[in-house]
Amino acid sequence: MTDRNIPVTEDELHAYVDNELPAERRGDVEAWLASHPDDAARVQSWRTMAEALHARYDSIVDEAVPKRLEIERLVQQPRKWVYGAIAATLAAFIVGGGVGWLARGATAAPSAFQNLTVHAIEAHRLYVVEVRHPVEVPGSERSHLQQWLTKRCGWVVRAPELAGAGLKLVGGRLLPGSGGPASFMMYESASGERFTIYTAKSSAEATQMRFAAEGKESTLFWADDGVVYAVVSTGADRGRLTQVAQAVYDQMEKKS
Amino acid sequence: MLGKAFAPHDSCNSCNLVLMSAFRQSVEAMIPALRRYARALARDADIADDLVQDTLVRALRSERLFLGGDVRSWLYTILTNLNKNRRRSLARRPQFMPLLDNNPDASGTEAEGRDIARALASLVEEQRSVLLLVMLEGLSYREVADIQGVPIGTVMSRLARARAHVKASLEGERTALRRVK
Repeated sequence: MTDRNIPVTEDELHAYVDNELPAERRGDVEAWLASHPDDAARVQSWRTMAEALHARYDSIVDEAVPKRLEIERLVQQPRKWVYGAIAATLAAFIVGGGVGWLARGATAAPSAFQNLTVHAIEAHRLYVVEVRHPVEVPGSERSHLQQWLTKRCGWVVRAPELAGAGLKLVGGRLLPGSGGPASFMMYESASGERFTIYTAKSSAEATQMRFAAEGKESTLFWADDGVVYAVVSTGADRGRLTQVAQAVYDQMEKKS
Repeated sequence: MLGKAFAPHDSCNSCNLVLMSAFRQSVEAMIPALRRYARALARDADIADDLVQDTLVRALRSERLFLGGDVRSWLYTILTNLNKNRRRSLARRPQFMPLLDNNPDASGTEAEGRDIARALASLVEEQRSVLLLVMLEGLSYREVADIQGVPIGTVMSRLARARAHVKASLEGERTALRRVK
């Protein structure tokens, strides 16, 4: 069928290396390579490239699969799974002081996801000290605030009811986030203790709840449905931060 | 493939259970390869595992919608698309590029490993994806065409350009090194 004299095309060289070439043409290509050293060198360089790729990345296949990727953890309803993971993280956080996650965070390169927490903490620092203008829309206009932020952000923004944790909504504002708008809401207790809730578009669909601290500020943050939530406090103890974050999470859970 | 193999009876609960667990098993069997692909695609180990996690969550959520077909191709498709979305949202903001590639997981393997990672990073997204799916994951041109939603001819031209680019990049680094010596 084929003719030795038909020149071999570059596409055929690729197909030859990738075992995509019809069997009857392989012999022709091999004969061609024997008499065309430039093409033979190119084919060889592609094979070397494939070896380099495997040498660099194949070890990952033999690594133990991280716990968070275990199928048993993921097979339950994703929401339930996230919730269970969060509960576990919170327990570990209260007992172990969140050291596990911090230790891991210290060695890993900062991801876009972690950068969001930096924005959340910065916004918190900037506005909690404001006495006269901490927010753009006051808590007395709760439904307007929710509608406005939802419209501008593009995801459902709810101002959770945190009276159970002794917190009252001060209000909220729209912020520039790292990849688009972000919502910011502030809560206050009778004693003047302030918590803020920051939401922004997340690079991760859903993650476990994680803890991060910088200076006096600490945050519990997680992603759900492509939105990252960060609950930030200044100087609150772990139990208190956990209580507030849990209340926020529970109400996000109910919203859908 | 799965759907046919198990010929599910709609009303039969145990068949559905068998079908579901077979589906899960085939998803589970793919996790190591998905992690390899994601790591080569995204470089950062944390981001790579985030991608795999999102892929698995989506796949498992769609378990009942999955009506047979190739689980492997399907998972690579989800991961490839998620990465494309991620990069698109990253592209909208200014990026700080690391001056040096000191990826802690570089597994210590000789300079060659870093060279290839750097050469990959300089490829445009579609070319990197084609190159990795064919050369690292061993998928056929047809499968890659389906994953990327393009004709086979496009896959072949992307592959050819990617190989030429990586080759030039690797050779460029080597001659640059030689010149320094």
